[in-house]
Amino acid sequence: MFYREAGDFKVSYADDSQTFPIKFDRYRYYVVLAVAFGLIPFLINDYWANAILLPFLIYSIAAIGLNILVGYCGQVSLGTGGFMAVGAYACYKLMTAFPEVSMFIHVILAGGITAIVCVLFGLPSLRIKGFYLAVATLAAQFFLVWLFNRVPWFYNYSASGQINAPERDTFGIIITGPNAPAWATYLFCLIFLAVCALIARNLTRGTVGRTWMAIRDMDIAAEIIGVNPLKAKLTAFAVSGFFIGISGALFFAVYLGAVEVGEAFGIQKSFLVLFMVILGGLGSIFGSFAGAAFLVLLPVILKVVGVDLLNWPTDIVAHFQLVIVGALIIVFLIAEPHGMAQLWRVAKEKLRLWPFPH
Amino acid sequence: MPEQLVFAMEVTLNGLMAGVLYALVALGFVLIYKASGIFNYAQGVLALFAAMTLVGIMQGQVPFSHLINAVFGGHVTHFGWNVPGVVAIALTVAVMVLLAWLVQVLVMKHLVGQEPIILFMATIGLAYFLEGVADLMWGSEIKTLDVGLPQGINLWIDETTFNIFGYGFFIDNLDIVATVIAALLVAGLVAFSQYTKQGRAMRAVADDHQAALSVGISLNFIWVLVWSVAGFVALVAGIVWGTKSGVQFSLSLIALKALPVLMLGGFTSIPGAIVGGLIIGVGEKLFEFAVGPLVGGATENWFAYVLALLFLVFRPQGLFGEKIIERV
Repeated sequence: MFYREAGDFKVSYADDSQTFPIKFDRYRYYVVLAVAFGLIPFLINDYWANAILLPFLIYSIAAIGLNILVGYCGQVSLGTGGFMAVGAYACYKLMTAFPEVSMFIHVILAGGITAIVCVLFGLPSLRIKGFYLAVATLAAQFFLVWLFNRVPWFYNYSASGQINAPERDTFGIIITGPNAPAWATYLFCLIFLAVCALIARNLTRGTVGRTWMAIRDMDIAAEIIGVNPLKAKLTAFAVSGFFIGISGALFFAVYLGAVEVGEAFGIQKSFLVLFMVILGGLGSIFGSFAGAAFLVLLPVILKVVGVDLLNWPTDIVAHFQLVIVGALIIVFLIAEPHGMAQLWRVAKEKLRLWPFPH
Repeated sequence: MPEQLVFAMEVTLNGLMAGVLYALVALGFVLIYKASGIFNYAQGVLALFAAMTLVGIMQGQVPFSHLINAVFGGHVTHFGWNVPGVVAIALTVAVMVLLAWLVQVLVMKHLVGQEPIILFMATIGLAYFLEGVADLMWGSEIKTLDVGLPQGINLWIDETTFNIFGYGFFIDNLDIVATVIAALLVAGLVAFSQYTKQGRAMRAVADDHQAALSVGISLNFIWVLVWSVAGFVALVAGIVWGTKSGVQFSLSLIALKALPVLMLGGFTSIPGAIVGGLIIGVGEKLFEFAVGPLVGGATENWFAYVLALLFLVFRPQGLFGEKIIERV
């Protein structure tokens, strides 16, 4: 009944190549956009913004970025934390150097700088493959974190070695700093997420995305049919770096406000984003959203249940969280190795025929 | 002899010792990777788990005491006895074998035939799970582990080198013992895999799963065996590292340090793990000694990875790894 193509006539090429070809899907997408842009900003308060919505939006961007690299192009990366740090520090340097420029420009530039760094660390991918590459990206992770810790220029010689986001605005609305209203920070991140997701969706449908997938499925075969591996791999690193840089900049400037690099962008962050991608579904934009939502909500729910309802000590709840996250990952991989996106696909398929499956 | 050179020699010696410790962890990786193609991220957490279990058994802690106290009230912490080191080690080995069996039955059996990245993620999940269980079982505070390994400066080396160079080298007794243990362990592993029936079966599985199956080798049994051996290696690494720096969360991070060692040596080679460990150990100590002061120190955090990265660009399969042959 839902998601049916029947009766949905395409009369032009433009119709035929829409982002969402099925009418029902398209309307669902418009409804989600309308709720996200038109409804939530009026209902939002600080708790919801900081505990759930902002991390969800920001991690979604990071997950989409990593998904392009791992899920679409097949280059396993464990350097996400380091690349997010590049975005954060680039944004910080830009914010302090050019206070009068709009935050939009800072964040986009931060993404661009991260893309360049990411391409640099992606260069070895032409020689190194598979797990060897995964471990090689660890070099990026540890080197970048060390760099931001040890070179005082990056943190403007502050005594604590931390970076603090100064108050900046865009179009007269305060976006960063403690006085930023919840709806403004939410909308700011949402705009970036919406644009990033749209770009990613369309890139992966087009020529670039197809060359990525060819490289992922078998790089030698792809090379033989005329895909340029240098171009395909490096564009994947660049696009992925751009998204991850944006998420890093937002994570620092809008969400946390103050950052100590080893703590905020350590190896744990790399794994967290990788988990989002794998649990959500490799090679699926929707999966990135689902994975991010899942791993942002899980600790919040566990905390509410464990600490507030059962009154257990916080350290035991924290340990339980490790156990549950670990167990869930294993169960998920056993039950559905293709992630939540696959569940969604199956559900769609069922919904098409429902309520008359024969 | 110039002073700098003497210092550099001391640093090199210490680097070799540190390299042995890295190699100890890397060995566990190689074993599992060879036999099942699984890149076992949980190896470091296995070491942590083993060390914590050992301390817990030795001190007679009640497992899950924090949890029991939180749920049912009460203040149970210890059974009130102390177990001697040797017995405790034997018990811990038993626990590790049980764990290996559980991992095989509950996790790996269901993931046979999945892509390597999925298996890798599963072991990361396993690492989280085990870490949480270990903390719940034995508490997350830093523990001291003492099974009677000697510690402190080796006076004989100190005196001898003082007589020769006019400067006494600082070499920790524990490092020397660790080197001996590692040598014994490797000799034991080689003997096991060359001369016993199970060892040969293990190598057969590593060579070709299907061929091994067709001559009647039980894959299930071999994988339990491999995970048990990896658990044992983890226990040894856990004892040495735990004695050196206390049993705590950071123990599980040595797994990350073992990765560049593996890359240098090649994932599939036991000698590679040893040589890679030594190169990384010496390399990072010397680099810190020579370049560290110029760039603000703490280069040990990343040097190993960057070295491995540069190395791989020229030799993508590592020093001793099997040549990667790609066909369409």
